[in-house]
Order: sequence, then structure tokens, then C-alpha cells
Amino acid sequence: MALYRSRGSGVGNMTAVFGLLAGAIVFSGFRVVTSRNVMHSALYLVGALGGTAALFVMLSAEFVAWVLVLVYIGAVIVLFLFGVMITRAPMGREASLDNEKRGFAAATAGLLFLMLSGSSLYAFKDVELQGLGETVSTADLGISLLGRFVLPFEIVSFLLLAALIGGIVLARKDLTPAQEEEGGAV
Amino acid sequence: MSIVPILILSSALFSLGVYGMLARRNAVMVLLAIELMLNAVNINLIAFEAAWGTVGAIGQVFTIFLITVAAAEVGIGLAIVILVFRNRATANLDDFTLMKG
Repeated sequence: MALYRSRGSGVGNMTAVFGLLAGAIVFSGFRVVTSRNVMHSALYLVGALGGTAALFVMLSAEFVAWVLVLVYIGAVIVLFLFGVMITRAPMGREASLDNEKRGFAAATAGLLFLMLSGSSLYAFKDVELQGLGETVSTADLGISLLGRFVLPFEIVSFLLLAALIGGIVLARKDLTPAQEEEGGAV
Repeated sequence: MSIVPILILSSALFSLGVYGMLARRNAVMVLLAIELMLNAVNINLIAFEAAWGTVGAIGQVFTIFLITVAAAEVGIGLAIVILVFRNRATANLDDFTLMKG
């Protein structure tokens, strides 16, 4: 089986589109980690993920883009909003949302960014994106998922089941023995 | 178009996630920052898939696995945060000192 798809010539200049998307994603990501309001943080994450989904469409990964929108923006963000509300995190502006080691954290993140971007600039400067504008068909993806990768697929579904049960067990209220005998209204 | 700008974008997103994870005090905010980091990895996988174009789109298959694992992680993580909140009445990570000697 050949490892690489045959591909057509790439579509012209996508740099402008990419620049807009990258700006939106980085701005949203920055606001996620610096916003003084927990709700705003969670909603800016929607912006960052939406921009990522658009980038995926641009990189010919249409199905994954919609999975990202459905699973992340549809389910995970809602879970986060519930988490924010249940833990009664301060909804308004809150000065103590960051700890006092912010300078250290910023230095670590800055250094990490320089290292990662520098090494990717060094190692992948000759790699070109190809086949932009073609989409990988969902049928091909499904054949791959349920053919070559069927065992990881099953394992991951089992992991999801375990996480579901674990989440219920962790988050349910513990009943006293007397309550359990009454039939345990949770 | 070269792949390097996309890799730099994902490095920036990952570093922002690291900053948020270290600097935030609220446990839910730390989980949000971890989502940013996982998202950066997703971007990398899709970019490399677009650069080399494997048969069966292996990069996209791995992205789907990563999204699934991230969803499981958020579910368990938030359940733990809610459990700790119920016992300690706070989601502030600096107050989780039960195991401090």
C-alpha cells in the first residue's frame, strides 16, 4: 500500500487568509489566558477553536473541522460553562485570578515559544503545503478509521466509556446508608 | 505556502497554554489552558498531514483520536474539580494543600 496520496498542484496564494486566521486565533488564545473574567475566558476559547476549525478547512481537513465544532464548541465549552457555574467561580472582574508567579510563567512560555518556533523554522523550512483546496473525503477517512485503525478506535471508545462512568462516580453525591435504604433520591 | 507559519502559530498557541496553566489560580481556568495546548497539537497534526498527504489521512485520524481523548480528559477533570469544590468549598489551586507535609 502506498503511503502517500497523489496530489494535484496547490491552489494559489492563501497567505492572506492564513494571516487573518492566525491573528484571530492568537488574539483569542491570548484573551483566554489573560481575561479577568472566567466567562469571557471560556467564550474566547470558542473564538480560538472556531478559528482553528476554519484553518482545518483551509488545510483540506473538512470532516475534522466539523468534528472540532461539534465536540469542542458544542459539548466541551458547555461543560466548561457548567463547571464555571457549579464551582461559583467569580463571574465578574476578579483581581486574584492569577497567582503571584506570573512573571516566571511568562518567561517560561516566552522561552518555550522561541525554542519551538526556532526549531520548527530550522527543521521544516523546506516543507511546502500541498494539495490545498482538495479535501480528504469523509469516506476515505472512515475507511481508514474502521480499517487500519480499528483497534485504536475501539480502545478510544472504551476510554470514553470509562471516562463517562468515572465522571458520574466522581461527581455524584455520596449517600448515607440510611438514604440509600430509602431508595436514594439523588 | 510553507508549513513554517502554521507551526509557529501552533507554537504560539501552545506557549499561551503553558502560560495560562502556570499563571492561573482557578482550576477551571487551568483546564481551559490545557485545551489550548491540545488544540495546538491538533493544528500541528493537520498541518503535517496537509504537507505530506498520506493515504488514509493518518494525520486526520490521529486528530480525531486526540479530540476524543481531550473530551474524556475534560469530563474527568471537571468531575474532580467539582468533587474537590464540594469538599473544600473552593476551586482555587493554592488552597489544595491537603497533601502538603
